[in-house]
Amino acid sequence: MKRTPISSPLLPGLALVLGAGLLTACGDDGGDGNGSGNDEGSGGDTVTVVTHDSFLVSDDVLARFTEETGHTVEILRGGDAGVMVNQAVLSAGNPQADVIFGLDNTLLSRALDAGILTPHTADGLDAVPEEYQLDADEHRVTPVDTGDICVNYDRAWFADAGLAPPETFEDLADPAYRDLLVVQNAATSSPGLGFLLGTVAAFGEDGWADYWERLADNGVEVVDGWEQAYNERFSGAGNGDRPLVVSYASSPPAGVVYGGDERPDEAPTGVATGTCFRQVEFAGLLDGAANPEGGRAFLDFLLTRDFQEDMPLQMFVNPVVEGAEVPEEFTRYGATVEDPLTMAPDDITAGRERWIEEWTSLVVR
Amino acid sequence: MRRGGRRGVAVRLALLAVPLAFFALFFAYPVAAITGRGLRADGAWQLSRALDVLTAPGIGDVLWFTLWQAAASTALTLALGLPGAYVFARLDFPGKRLLHAVVTVPFVLPTVVTGAAFLALLGRGGLLDERWGIRLDDGVWAILLAHAFFNYAVVVRTVGGLWAQLDPRQEEAARVLGAGRFAAWRRVTLPALAPSVAAAGLLVFLFTFTSFGVIQILGGPRYATLEVEIYRRTAQLLDLPTAAVLTLLQLALVAALLGAHALITRRAESALALTDPAGNAARPRGGAQWALLGGTLAVIALLLLLPLAVLVERSLSVDGGYGLAHYRALAGTESGTFVVAPWEAIGTSLRYAAVATAIALAVGGLAAAALTRRAARFTRGFDALLMLPLGTSAVTVGFGFLIALDEPPLDLRSSWILVPLAQALVGVPFVVRVLLPVLRAVDERLREAAAVLGASPLRAWREVDLPLVRRALLVAAGFAFAVSLGEFGATVFIARADAPTLPVAVARLLGRAGELNYGQAMALSTVLMLVCALTLLALESLRPAAWRGGRGGRGEWVV
Repeated sequence: MKRTPISSPLLPGLALVLGAGLLTACGDDGGDGNGSGNDEGSGGDTVTVVTHDSFLVSDDVLARFTEETGHTVEILRGGDAGVMVNQAVLSAGNPQADVIFGLDNTLLSRALDAGILTPHTADGLDAVPEEYQLDADEHRVTPVDTGDICVNYDRAWFADAGLAPPETFEDLADPAYRDLLVVQNAATSSPGLGFLLGTVAAFGEDGWADYWERLADNGVEVVDGWEQAYNERFSGAGNGDRPLVVSYASSPPAGVVYGGDERPDEAPTGVATGTCFRQVEFAGLLDGAANPEGGRAFLDFLLTRDFQEDMPLQMFVNPVVEGAEVPEEFTRYGATVEDPLTMAPDDITAGRERWIEEWTSLVVR
Repeated sequence: MRRGGRRGVAVRLALLAVPLAFFALFFAYPVAAITGRGLRADGAWQLSRALDVLTAPGIGDVLWFTLWQAAASTALTLALGLPGAYVFARLDFPGKRLLHAVVTVPFVLPTVVTGAAFLALLGRGGLLDERWGIRLDDGVWAILLAHAFFNYAVVVRTVGGLWAQLDPRQEEAARVLGAGRFAAWRRVTLPALAPSVAAAGLLVFLFTFTSFGVIQILGGPRYATLEVEIYRRTAQLLDLPTAAVLTLLQLALVAALLGAHALITRRAESALALTDPAGNAARPRGGAQWALLGGTLAVIALLLLLPLAVLVERSLSVDGGYGLAHYRALAGTESGTFVVAPWEAIGTSLRYAAVATAIALAVGGLAAAALTRRAARFTRGFDALLMLPLGTSAVTVGFGFLIALDEPPLDLRSSWILVPLAQALVGVPFVVRVLLPVLRAVDERLREAAAVLGASPLRAWREVDLPLVRRALLVAAGFAFAVSLGEFGATVFIARADAPTLPVAVARLLGRAGELNYGQAMALSTVLMLVCALTLLALESLRPAAWRGGRGGRGEWVV
């Protein structure tokens, strides 16, 4: 056997590289906050907020909260809203955060039934219309924003086709609009579920299935998630060839704001206002929070005009506080939904799984 | 068996301690916690519930589809990848090293991004549709092709790595003795490769068995796998009892598969003459080799490069023309709460990947070293155990972390280390699978000779095994790194402080309306591709010094 050289620099080199990585990673440990509130020496603690992927707030607005209350904010994200709520339910009593933001009416019952929230009557709640206060007796959750799930249409496509865009659920089942609509899987997508709930609210327990049979006969296409539907199938956003898609009432202004520097007279996409299902988003103080005082301050902050007026162009949702001003771009390109469909959280919880299963067997398989 | 005797056993047990602890703490415990929570309600085991789930209508279809699509995807990937493994192992051609790194790029791309690329090629109004009216987005073909796209590198790297080290003179000797070219390959090379082919097949099968994004995006809502069902039950409905039963079913199937794999490979592994790979590749000669090279390059161009090119094209497409606006928008991004500046995401990705690679190499390397000798039965069982994370649903592991690692001193829920830990869990099986065939191919007599000459087990390992497995170690590191760079599974299901990795940042951009967001997502995906390719190139340029000397060194490692 020949002697094998053992002086290769490879392993020490690799170890060095990886070790350095480990060290930098350790040194850069900015976010270990588990709500235990590391005192920053500024008199306040850290407020930890667990939220979904779409949460967004301007840096300066958040900085003002810290200035005024002394609490710094740490944001934890846990996937989409459903995943986030389930995580909170599983960590009941020993939460990762102080505040949970982003419970919507499709998920509200689950959070309330699991008893993971501590009541707090937020300052400024009296400026929030009663229709949004879905836990008005106990105030375990605070309504923060609303949004509508509606069919969006591609204006240019309908102008070229010489066809008026649809406005109502009935229109969508009209043969004039055959093979034009793309929707999301109600089983896996939150706008998909919202649209299904809208049809249940509109046609009732006895009528919604018939309606979906008509939609299926009229060539509705089902894809898995909003990303595929809007980015890949919808003609109004670039890549697709279907001019009707289930999205949000605020998608047209979002498309303009994130569409480049131009500001057209009207958004290239419009909203079928007769197809809208209203979502209300809530926040709440988690039971067992490490910094309950900071959590309460944060809930109050969510209803301040600062935050409420920042939301529209950040998360593309409507403020719930009356009198909060909405930026001109948001109203100019967006649609005002006068009479959206709604459903009580308890009814959603009771019917949801059954509707999804029936819908799946009707439309998908 | 006297080699090493009791001391050898003790050494092996000691080596196993770290991987065992890692596996128990970060896999077995969390998964047991979440399934236990599901199966025990009101203080009693809900076994009748399990029966209900298993006998529910539709579950048979889900199971059948899960299994056959994984088997078909594995077969397709092997069929496309094995010629590729040969070409990269045995043939020299310009741009080979670059291409070797590029074929791994698909492995790190988020499925939502590649889904978009595949739809652009295969879907309605896609390239095939416009040219020939062919649409594949409705059938299962898009799923199979996408799986081949993702896993091509697994075959090329796992099999090609060993193939490159096989001494071609053995096959040449068989031919001199009168065997035909194919007979020589079948009798000499194929048996030597069998363990690594089985390893690659196993990895691809497990990956596609738990496939999630590809099935959802390309298969649409009509196709459901076990993984999709488990995700729906856990993440959306919080129906933990059903999810727990399905998780156990998934584990049982994976365990059966691992058992079968162990049975097959136990016979197949044997000592091989391993050589310096650089000496084993030559410029193609003869029609067959040119055809293989041409075919492989065509497969790579159509299956791998074309979808990647679509993404690059979209990242450059601005207002009907082309430009760098989306990249400029990325560069101009302030570090806010939502979108991070791209260099921050790159930094985070690289840091996490480096830590995950270090963990995976340490844990997997120790496990492989301990498992090298196939003596004891328990080591075989442990080998299979280490593979389980690959066949387990990411949402199960993620939610398991959440409820298991929630008490001091192990309240890791919000800690950054959870991310590389979860990634390493997926990386370890790759490290073990890549290292083991090579380690087991090392001639036992070499180690015995070292022992006779008075070397301690450690020294024998360092001087005998290590030089031979350096290449495999690099391959393993590359895999662990790529797995980590692209990982989007378990870590998505853990709420963490905001340090998004590249795939997470891409997903966030895609989740918002607006051409600019879409363009930036594509631009950031292109950045992710570049980061992956460049890192792998750098990693592979760390070639062992002894081999760098050139082709003359071939005989050096052979007794």
